[in-house]
Amino acid sequence: MYAQMIQSEATAEDPDKLAAFEARIAAGEKIEPKDWMPAGYRKTLIRQIGQHAHSEIVGQLPEGNWITRAPTLERKAILLAKVQDEAGHGLYLYCAAETLGVSRDELTEMLLDGRMKYSSIFNYPTLTWADMGAVGWLVDGAAIMNQVPLQRTSYGPYSRAMIRICKEESFHQRQGYDIMMKMAFGTPAQKRMAQDALNRFWYPALMMFGPSDKESVHSAQSMAWKIKMNTNDELRQKFVDETVPQAEYLGLTVPDPDLKWNEERGHYDFSEPDWSEFFDVLKGNGPCNADRMEARQQAWAEGQWVRDGLMAHARKRAARRVAAE
Amino acid sequence: MTAPAACPDPALFEFCLRMGDNTLVLGHRVSEWCGHAPVIEEDIALANTALDLIGQTQLWLGLAGEVEGAGRSADDLAFLRDAWDFRNLLLVERPNRDFGHTLLRQCLFDAWHLEMLTALCGSSEPRVSEISQKAVKEVSYHLERSADTVIGLGDGTPESHARMQDALDRLWPYVGEAFLPDAIDAEVAARGIAPDPASLRAGFDARIGAILAEATLSLPDSRFAHQGGKTGVRHTEDLGHMLATMQFLQRAYPGATW
Repeated sequence: MYAQMIQSEATAEDPDKLAAFEARIAAGEKIEPKDWMPAGYRKTLIRQIGQHAHSEIVGQLPEGNWITRAPTLERKAILLAKVQDEAGHGLYLYCAAETLGVSRDELTEMLLDGRMKYSSIFNYPTLTWADMGAVGWLVDGAAIMNQVPLQRTSYGPYSRAMIRICKEESFHQRQGYDIMMKMAFGTPAQKRMAQDALNRFWYPALMMFGPSDKESVHSAQSMAWKIKMNTNDELRQKFVDETVPQAEYLGLTVPDPDLKWNEERGHYDFSEPDWSEFFDVLKGNGPCNADRMEARQQAWAEGQWVRDGLMAHARKRAARRVAAE
Repeated sequence: MTAPAACPDPALFEFCLRMGDNTLVLGHRVSEWCGHAPVIEEDIALANTALDLIGQTQLWLGLAGEVEGAGRSADDLAFLRDAWDFRNLLLVERPNRDFGHTLLRQCLFDAWHLEMLTALCGSSEPRVSEISQKAVKEVSYHLERSADTVIGLGDGTPESHARMQDALDRLWPYVGEAFLPDAIDAEVAARGIAPDPASLRAGFDARIGAILAEATLSLPDSRFAHQGGKTGVRHTEDLGHMLATMQFLQRAYPGATW
C-alpha cells in the first residue's frame, strides 16, 4: 500500500562500472536483475521493496479489523476484495525483492524480529466504519502519490510491480471516498464518524511522505539513482492540494486551523504534522505497533505446522513419483 | 423461520434461506482469516472462497426476499434476523480453530455443497437452477482446493496429520445434519425444486472417502449427527457471537444507509 522512502548508501565500487551504471540510469534505462549494480543500490532496493511488501501485509490488519463488521454484504465483499489485493501486492513485491537475491522467508524473519520496518500508518487503529473510508481516501490516496512516480523507478521488476499496484490502488481510493460520501451525507451519527475519522487520519496521512526534505539526509542518493523520484515535501504539498477540495465537497473540516489557500504560491498553506509523534511511532510507540507485530508473529508461528505439513507432503509426492518411474 | 402468513411459498422461502444462510455463515467464518493465514497464497485463496460465498449469499437471500414478498432485501435477511431465524447447518457456524480445522470444515461442506448444487442445476424452479449453475462452477473449485489441502496436511508431518485427524473427529458429528430430510425438504423435493437430501449421501461418501483415504485420515465410525441448524431449533453457542459481530452496525444504527 505504501512505499516509505528509506535511506540509501553509496559504497566503494569499481569506478568504471559505477560510471557505466550511472550513465544507464541517466539515460532512463531500466536496470534488470542480472545487470551489474552497485551494492548500495541493491541494498537500498531490498530495504525499500521489502519494507513496501511488509507494509502491504501488515496493512491488511487495520482494514481486516472491519471485514467481519462490514454493514452490508456488498461492503463486506468490496472490503474483503480490497484487503485481498493488499496481500497480492505484498506477493508481487516479495517476488520483486527476490530478484535481488533475498528470499521471502528471510524478509519475513527480518520483519518479525524487528530488523525491517513497515509503514507507520498501520500503527494507527481503525475505530469506526468511517475509518474504512478514511483509510481508502487518505491513506491509499497518499500511497498513490508516493507510488505513481515509482512506476518510473530505475529497477525494472520494481517498476513493473508498481504499475500493476497503482491500477488497483486508484480503485481502492475511489471505494474509500465512496464510503466517506455515504457517511458524510448520511445520518448525524454517520457524519460524526466521518469527521472523527478525518480528524484522526489527517496528520498520520501527511506523515506518510516522510520528514521534511530539509531534515532528510538520505534522499539525495536515492534521487540520483532514480529509486526515488520526488521530494517528500513536493509530494506532501500535492496531496494537500488535491485532498482539501475533496474534504470540502464532503462538508468535513480538515483539522488544521492554519489551513488556507495561498494565492501567491498557488498551493495550500498547512500545518506540519507533529514530527515527535512520527518518530515515537517509528520507534515502536504508536498506538498499535505491539499489536500489529504480535498479530503477524502469531500468524507466522501458528502457520508453521501448516507450511511444514504441506512441504512434507510435496516431498513425499515427489519421492513417490520418482519411485513409480 | 416462520414465514409471514402472507408468504406465497413458505417452503421455497425456507429452502432459499437454508442455502443462503450456509453461504453467509461460512463466508463470514472464512473471512475471519483475512490477514492471518499461514502464507500469503493461502490468505488470498481464503479470501477468494469467502468472496464467492458472499456473492452466492446475495443471490440466495435475494431470492428468499423475492419469494417472501414482504420487501426484505438480502441485507435485511442477513443483518436483521436473530439466531433462531437462521437456517444454516451447524457445521458452518463452528469456529475456525486452526487452519487445518478451517480447511477440513470447508472440504466437508464443499463436498455436500457440490452434490447439492449439481442436483439443483436441474431444479424445476428456474431461479434456483440459475443460481446453482453459477455457484456450481465456483464450488467445484472450492472442493478441489480444500481437498488438496486436506490431503497435503493429512499426509504431511506427524503433527499436521494429528491435527487433521483431530479436526475430523471434532467435525464429523456435524456432517449428518445435511442429509436428514424434514417436511420442508419433502415438499421441495416433491415439487422438483430440490433433491431429497438423503439422496446426496452416497455421492458425498464416495467423494469424502476418496479424499480422506489419500489424506491417510480415518473416518470416525459413528454416524451420530447433531441437529438443529437447518431447522433453527437449536444452533450452537457460536452463532450468537458471530451475529453480534456481523450485525453490529445495522443494529446500532438502524435505518442508516451504508
